[in-house]
Amino acid sequence: MADQTLPIGGSIDVTLARPEARTALLEWLHGWVVTVDHKRLGILYIVYGIVFLLVGGVEALAIRLQLAWPDNHFLSPELYNEMFTMHGTTMVFLVGMTIVFGFANYLVPLMIGARDMAFPRLNAFSFWMTAFGGLLLYYSFIGGFGLYGMGAAPDVGWWAYAPLTAKAFSPGHATDYWALSLIVMGFGTLGTAINVIATTLSMRCKGMTLMRMPLFVWLMLVVSALTLVTITPLTAAQIMLTIDRYLGGHFFDTQAGGSAVVWMHFFWIFGHPEVYVLVLPAFGIASEVIPVFSRKAIFGYPAMVAASVGIAFVSLGVWAHHMFTVGMTSVGNTFFVLSTMLVGIPTGIKIFNWVATVWGGKIRFKTPMLFALAFVFQFLIAGLTGIMLSVAPWDWQLHNSYFVIAHFHYVLVGAIVFNIFAGIYYWYPKATGRMLSETLGKWHFWLFLIGFHITFDTMHYVGFLGMPRSIYTYEPDRGWNHLNLIISLGGLIQGIAVLIFAWNLIHSYLRGKRAGNDPWDAWTLEWSAPSPPPAYNFATDPEVHSRRPLWDLKHPEDPDWKYE
Amino acid sequence: MSAIPFSSAAEPWILPSRGRVAMLSLIIGESAIFTIFVVAYLYYIGKSLSGPTPQQVLEIPLFNTVCLLSSSITIWLAERQIERGNMRRFTAWWALTMALGCIFIAGTAVEWHKLIYLDGLTIHTNLFGTTFYSLVGLHATHVVVGLCMLGLVLIFSLTGHVTEANSERIQVLALYWHFVDGVWVVVFTVVYILGR
Ligand SMILES: [Cu+2]
Repeated sequence: MADQTLPIGGSIDVTLARPEARTALLEWLHGWVVTVDHKRLGILYIVYGIVFLLVGGVEALAIRLQLAWPDNHFLSPELYNEMFTMHGTTMVFLVGMTIVFGFANYLVPLMIGARDMAFPRLNAFSFWMTAFGGLLLYYSFIGGFGLYGMGAAPDVGWWAYAPLTAKAFSPGHATDYWALSLIVMGFGTLGTAINVIATTLSMRCKGMTLMRMPLFVWLMLVVSALTLVTITPLTAAQIMLTIDRYLGGHFFDTQAGGSAVVWMHFFWIFGHPEVYVLVLPAFGIASEVIPVFSRKAIFGYPAMVAASVGIAFVSLGVWAHHMFTVGMTSVGNTFFVLSTMLVGIPTGIKIFNWVATVWGGKIRFKTPMLFALAFVFQFLIAGLTGIMLSVAPWDWQLHNSYFVIAHFHYVLVGAIVFNIFAGIYYWYPKATGRMLSETLGKWHFWLFLIGFHITFDTMHYVGFLGMPRSIYTYEPDRGWNHLNLIISLGGLIQGIAVLIFAWNLIHSYLRGKRAGNDPWDAWTLEWSAPSPPPAYNFATDPEVHSRRPLWDLKHPEDPDWKYE
Repeated sequence: MSAIPFSSAAEPWILPSRGRVAMLSLIIGESAIFTIFVVAYLYYIGKSLSGPTPQQVLEIPLFNTVCLLSSSITIWLAERQIERGNMRRFTAWWALTMALGCIFIAGTAVEWHKLIYLDGLTIHTNLFGTTFYSLVGLHATHVVVGLCMLGLVLIFSLTGHVTEANSERIQVLALYWHFVDGVWVVVFTVVYILGR
């Protein structure tokens, strides 16, 4: 404003007194703390998630360094237990959930042509609850008192099976930090889920019927509905655990008639659908990226919607496939075998639809598309090993082995993290107004892809060779030595790739090419707003007539609504 | 999107109320929490290794139950009054709803006092105590939260700050109260009928 000439005489000074640099910084920070803008909260979520992605990655590398060769003592056994517990908890709750809901926050209102979320203040509250939960969890490294004295992080595994979590076996407060932080984050997540549902159902712009919503919005709606009944059982189970630990309750106290298996059931009633809470948004990202870079509308939109809803329902009835070795009845085993296999049908439909979208398209191999294509391939393999593990006798053989670790990392990294990267490369220009560097992006992609396959393909193999999960170290005569070294090297390559990515985020923010409103020639509403969008999103309320409103706008002679 | 010849101005664009959607979502989430506690209660019936047992100490809280369930009717009457703009009647029914809720909580307090000091049953005593206090306590917590919100509305209403315009929000809050009452039917059945 200072250099603007206003038609006012010299009597009024229009230059604002320039605040000192220190106060300017404070004001800028204050603005981010008190914000209720969905875009800023979305960015906060994602930045928070990426920071913890680096933290969780360091923990993973520490684990891999410890296992790189036999009889290693790089970490102490106690620290090793803390590392794998914190790695799992961090990646699921502080990375996966935050980034997923960060994307939802940023994109859902823009995609449905709304000004903000339905409840902006609830939105801010949810974010700060989640942020506080994460800090609480990590404070245990300093202030937690556990079995081995001060500075004890939780060390009971991210599944925290009873009775290891009982006061007798986990004295001190390390386990309490885990339980309480998950309760706190659970409430934050519940708030966001409610907000996303209310936003999608009640804030859509004119003409945005349910069957015209972008698939990403559909998937976030399904995910939020699933979250309502997924995160809450975990909260309930954590309350029970806290009652056991603090008030002397007996829920999971086997000495007083309680049952450790009940904890397993409750945990996996949460734990299995949780995977879908994380992977469905990844499907949503792929369903936006793949059509735009194939220059074709998504194939089989109604089937994609139906499959998403189907996956959500089926996912609620499969949890005990994590418990085949507990010793359920054969009827129980059979039920969970079959219900788990059922998941393969809707996910298979999705894979076919993505392939059919790419088929015959004019493919542009930009970084987002590369990540999305790798996802389709890797998710297929993850699905196939999932079907293998759903067969109870196969699971009896490979339960708790590295094969299982390989399977779920193929889902969590190969599908979810790959799509998160795709999403960030795709929407970063919208959020910042700058393009991410394609050169760095390609380095990131290829290194990460190579590292990923070196690590996780090999893990399947050591699993077959009988290497169990969560072991501190192993003897040199097991035949796992070289394989473990290879797995660790792959981890290192992925670490380098993620550092390149982090550098790309910072570098492109300062030096990146200007993006403009619509750098990818895309079709959904968010690309009609300026980059970055102003606080009010759209100057006038948009009105849509098809699933690809920007296509209609760019091609008035051949609009989509004629064919839908 | 001016280029598109579309006469959509004629048809009104109506979306569901965000308050109702959000409250229904919250209710679905809360139902899942209660489901877990109910399942735990059912699973642990008769698995306590020591006494006292439900048969020995639990009495059916019939008066309490009648009070809580009729509060669902009084709040519904209050909803009807605010829709019509009869603010005095609304306040009266609303106050009665609160009174019934308070009687319920007082009844629970009396029951727990007896259980703790006469029968020696605490959350620590046995599995029955653990599951009983946590399930009934979880419900009672929801009643207390509900009473706090009802109380806020009552204060606003007595000071004349609630009008017909707030009818929608009042109904959203009432939805929560109906839910709390509905959950009691389940808790009552599980604890006092199946569990005894
Ligand atoms: Cu599972």
